[in-house]
Amino acid sequence: MRALMNQRFLTLAVLAVVIGILPFVFPSSYYFRVASLVWVSALAAIGLNILMGQAGQVSLGHAAFFGIGAYAVAIGPVHLGIPSWAALLLGAGLSALLAFLVGRPILRLKGHYLAIATLGLGVLVALVITTESRWTGGPDGMPVERLTLFGWRVSGSYTWYWVTGGLLLIGTWIALNLDDTPTGRAFRALHDSEVAAQVVGVDVARFKLQAFVIAAVYASLAGSALAFMNGFINPDQAGFLHSVELVTIVVLGGLGSVVGSIVGAAVLITLPQVLTVFHEYEHLLLGLIIIVSMIFMRSGIVPTLSSLFLRKARS
Amino acid sequence: MKTKATLKIALAAGAMSLGLAHGALAQNTVKIGSVLSVTGPSSFLGEPEDKTLRLYVDKINAAGGVAGKKIELVIYDDGGDANKARTFATRLIEDDKVIAMVGGTTTGTTMAMVPVFEDAKVPFISLAGAIEVIDPVRKFVFKTPHTDKMACEKIFEDLKRRNLTKIGMISGTDGFGASMRAQCLKVAPTYGMQIVSDETYGPRDSDMTAQLTKIKNTAGVQAVVNPGFGQGPAIVTRNYAQLGMNNIPFYQSHGVASKSFIELAGAAAEGVRLPAAALLVGDKLPESDPQKKVVTEYKQTYESATKQPVSTFGGHAYDGLFILVEAMKRANSTDSQKIRDEIEKTKGFVGTGGIVNMSATDHLGLDLSAFRMLEIKNGDWSLVASGS
Repeated sequence: MRALMNQRFLTLAVLAVVIGILPFVFPSSYYFRVASLVWVSALAAIGLNILMGQAGQVSLGHAAFFGIGAYAVAIGPVHLGIPSWAALLLGAGLSALLAFLVGRPILRLKGHYLAIATLGLGVLVALVITTESRWTGGPDGMPVERLTLFGWRVSGSYTWYWVTGGLLLIGTWIALNLDDTPTGRAFRALHDSEVAAQVVGVDVARFKLQAFVIAAVYASLAGSALAFMNGFINPDQAGFLHSVELVTIVVLGGLGSVVGSIVGAAVLITLPQVLTVFHEYEHLLLGLIIIVSMIFMRSGIVPTLSSLFLRKARS
Repeated sequence: MKTKATLKIALAAGAMSLGLAHGALAQNTVKIGSVLSVTGPSSFLGEPEDKTLRLYVDKINAAGGVAGKKIELVIYDDGGDANKARTFATRLIEDDKVIAMVGGTTTGTTMAMVPVFEDAKVPFISLAGAIEVIDPVRKFVFKTPHTDKMACEKIFEDLKRRNLTKIGMISGTDGFGASMRAQCLKVAPTYGMQIVSDETYGPRDSDMTAQLTKIKNTAGVQAVVNPGFGQGPAIVTRNYAQLGMNNIPFYQSHGVASKSFIELAGAAAEGVRLPAAALLVGDKLPESDPQKKVVTEYKQTYESATKQPVSTFGGHAYDGLFILVEAMKRANSTDSQKIRDEIEKTKGFVGTGGIVNMSATDHLGLDLSAFRMLEIKNGDWSLVASGS
């Protein structure tokens, strides 16, 4: 038990140190921008990982919640006249509500059927955002008012680096703690065997729904953060390709591993930036790296590497 | 033990982001940046832009560069993703330290990048269509392609000449169609046009007979306008002929100004009119036309170098690059602020898109003469003489 506590604390401490040290080695604010993007994607991925890795349910439409969060902070101040921070909460609330309402019927489905149902949800939300151009600016997107907190205007890559870094720390802390609560254990039971979980008295429907709602709120907050950071938002962020990107981050980093989601995001966001030197071969190499790492690190980067280290340490 | 692994991985992730560093700046070069959608759904726009920029920067450098300095072109591919475009824009400014930018393939990516260039006070010549890019005027943002508003005006001008005032509209719901539809509705009253029917279709719809039947059955429709992009307008054109609506004049937008539209729509395209840039009909322009020389030269150069048919989109990149290069020559400096001032002073620049006269209130600088009204005859473009 104490070892577990320590491990959790150490993971958080390492993450905090990394976030704290990186600014000293960054030569320009472009690096802050890339790092902030990593933190934001990692936040959304950690949420999705709770659903996919811990509770064992798939979602191919997760960008929908990301989009809801992003558009909430864009639409709120402009069309409804509510302050940005309230719009952020409203977006998270809306995402949770939608996940709650839709989750109940669709989470009864399993495997491919669930994948298709969540995919449908994602497509629907993206469609609404694209067509309701009176509210959302249509396919070309809309500007987002800067976030102002107590008279302080939050802007600039440097500021957003700390804000998103802080959000990621909180998100990581909650996800790590969740793992060790009755809810977290129920999720794991679900993941391993739904029937067995039911037999030992886990309310399967309720816990699936909980995981779905938690994941939706994570994605929504990440979406809001990105919208504030960019000052501009378009429907791509709610689209199918973004959903796939989130799933890729989770699977690449390691299903069920919180740190894995962060590493997955770091790899998937920074790789395209590093690979620009290869010009035409950029996409080829990106695909190749992902395929190779999935072949040789089947359970994801972090779980594979850590079990390798464990084995080495024992021998 | 697991924590040790975690630590190492975290450090590795940190080290990786450090690996993004770039080579040192050469002394006698000046950097021009570009973020284009070379891949992804907008690649048919971004690819010719990319090729045009590379081709002409090489030519300029071979001829000695600009004001004694060679141009170093830095191009990033955003894949049509606005968020990526924004990151690359930051990279161009912060890391590559470019003095100006010619790029931004779509309106979405352009609008996402605008704040970066405005904040850094670096001139940005966009290649995107919508009027939002330059209206309201932003100090450092310019653009070369005609706006959808101008396309509407050109069509309405032609309609007015033919004494047709009651029009039906059928628009795509994609970015291009939605934006042009809004602009057309806005300028219609100025030309005394009455929109009696207003229908839309999705970008992936494969049959529009329902919407067209509705327009056909609307009393008093004298002409139909179709703001749209991609394959949608070709299907609308085919359906139009199938419903026997050919007796009602039909207008397409500059969004379909490519040979592939005529191929897709086939015989149904006969008699369809559309506004388009001079580049499309370079060989049919009279010798006296001021644009004749520029467009035929660009067409030859591009087609002989790439072995691909020329497109107006590459032409926009050509215009953007040369507006910038001439401003750099006039400014005789690599100072972004001075270059910006000179871009704004561009007068009488003859490009593939038209004759550009910019001012502090107009960062596009094209008037309606930049568009030619074309009619499709015998499977080819033909110029509509003014007055017919």
